[in-house]
Amino acid sequence: MFDIRVLDAPFDPHAAADDLAAATPGAGGIATFVGKVRAGDADPEEGKEIVEALELSHYEPLTLPGMRDLADRAAERFDLIGLVILHRIGRLHPGDPIVCVSAASRHRRDGIAAVDFCMDHLKSAAWFWKRELRAGKDGPTWHWIEPRGQDHADIARWGEKDAPV
Amino acid sequence: MESCEAPAPLDWAGLLQIVTPSVAQQLRDEQVYVACAGRVLADKTALNAQDGDEVALLPPVSGG
Repeated sequence: MFDIRVLDAPFDPHAAADDLAAATPGAGGIATFVGKVRAGDADPEEGKEIVEALELSHYEPLTLPGMRDLADRAAERFDLIGLVILHRIGRLHPGDPIVCVSAASRHRRDGIAAVDFCMDHLKSAAWFWKRELRAGKDGPTWHWIEPRGQDHADIARWGEKDAPV
Repeated sequence: MESCEAPAPLDWAGLLQIVTPSVAQQLRDEQVYVACAGRVLADKTALNAQDGDEVALLPPVSGG
């Protein structure tokens, strides 16, 4: 079971993981990561303002093909029985899930590593733009979120040469 | 998102000429990617857009 989708409405990541588990009875484990909009302070490196909303925009011709290509690469690299990648676009609010990556595998390391691999690539994917609406003393203002050095270091761990972005 | 049309074929030097100087400067940043016909170019300086291709300039981003 491979379920790769871009979503423009709220979703239940736990249901997605449950569906994957039900569809992969041969799996020895399901590894799942859910990224959500941080409630409270923005990234400490970006300041201490409260995040009121997050907006994810994307370049549609690349988004779903890029996510499918990422899933194919994860399946080639790790011994997977199933993989779910769900990613929101549009305006989200604190607590809303942004992304869910769930991998079913016979042995735990493949599933955990596949989720880690997919998340590192999604964080640096060239087709998403993320900005936060932060409360300020002069009213809420939008702030674009640029990749951090840590994001580049994370993706470099996988040792891919000339990998698609 | 802004868009414009340019005569084909369009290569890297041609792209730098049709955008504003500030955009051209940003395009040279290694964190800025270029996509052509639905694929991100591993080497953006090898751009070779043909008639009908959509060329996208992709700024530094953070998803997930």
